[in-house]
Amino acid sequence: MTLLLTLFFEFFKTGLFAVGGGMATLPFLYDMSARHPDWFSAAQLADMVAVSESTPGPIGVNMATYVGFETGGVAGGLVATLGLVTPSIIVILIVARMLKAFRDNRYVDAAFYGLRPCSVGLIAAAGVLVVKIALLHLDAYAASGALTELFNWKALALAAVLLVLTRAVKATKKLHPVVFILCSAAVGVLFSF
Amino acid sequence: MIFWQLFVSFARVGVLTFGGGYAMIPMLEREIVDRRGWATSEELMDYYAVGQCTPGVIAVNTATFIGFKTAGNLGGIVATLGVVFPSFVIISVIAGIIRNFSDIPAVKSAFAGIRVCVCVLIFNSVVKLWKGAVKDKATLALCLLVFILSVFFSISPIVFVLFCAAAGILFTRMGVRGK
Repeated sequence: MTLLLTLFFEFFKTGLFAVGGGMATLPFLYDMSARHPDWFSAAQLADMVAVSESTPGPIGVNMATYVGFETGGVAGGLVATLGLVTPSIIVILIVARMLKAFRDNRYVDAAFYGLRPCSVGLIAAAGVLVVKIALLHLDAYAASGALTELFNWKALALAAVLLVLTRAVKATKKLHPVVFILCSAAVGVLFSF
Repeated sequence: MIFWQLFVSFARVGVLTFGGGYAMIPMLEREIVDRRGWATSEELMDYYAVGQCTPGVIAVNTATFIGFKTAGNLGGIVATLGVVFPSFVIISVIAGIIRNFSDIPAVKSAFAGIRVCVCVLIFNSVVKLWKGAVKDKATLALCLLVFILSVFFSISPIVFVLFCAAAGILFTRMGVRGK
């Protein structure tokens, strides 16, 4: 019961402070895994991002359900999801009553001028954590001290290919992320990552 | 029954939205504007804009907004539950399956490959968000400050959010915005 209450509260905070869409919840989830190491690991979280991108539904909601499920089963998933949306419901039901005043408010506009770059910085920092897990061998490097041991070369090669396909090649860059996720899974199996 | 219609409509939007954000706009147009007539295209864009400028997941915020406009407070709650319902069911099933297979070596390799892809996807969404967020020296400084501090220190994201909201107001008042 305490677990469910804690989950609800953690996701309530995430829903209240994550600004800028689905990915914006990611830094909060990393923060959560650092404070509750028994709930889920940073590596698991990277997998959850992939599953959330590849399944129907908004990413932020999918990740909340996933984290909740990993932590407390079906009830955990339910509580985490409800926790995430509760602040939205409260805030929107208030804002909807004064839509015009809210949109024209100088302070709201000015606060979001500062919040948008904040969101970008936080998501990028969360990205660094995933890079550490996916592209580097920090343990091997710490043990041997050899710089060549630091990089997971197979993973770096795949990342370079994906980067080109998602950003530079016209024919592939508009494809849905699920395509790249599935291809990466296949490459992972074929080349035993 | 309006509440049931709201729930079903938003559950449908939830199922058809892969990834959220802008991906859901065409689905909302079809369901809310064309099929149900609950809002005009312009209203929809307004609600979506407010959904972006309020905390939380944009898809959820937009659903609450349309639900409220259509059938009051309860409408807002029902629409929100509708939009998250498919996620809840689908993810619970998939998470259960993955948990049972996660010890198989091939599955581990698959996820090691997938994590590489996640790096690239996060990088791409950072680039996309950067374009709309970092517009002048002040926002560049804020973004780098948040990035560096949160990489090297374990500070709660809430601290950064509160600090940056205050900084945004301060910078705007000081007139450094846009320079």
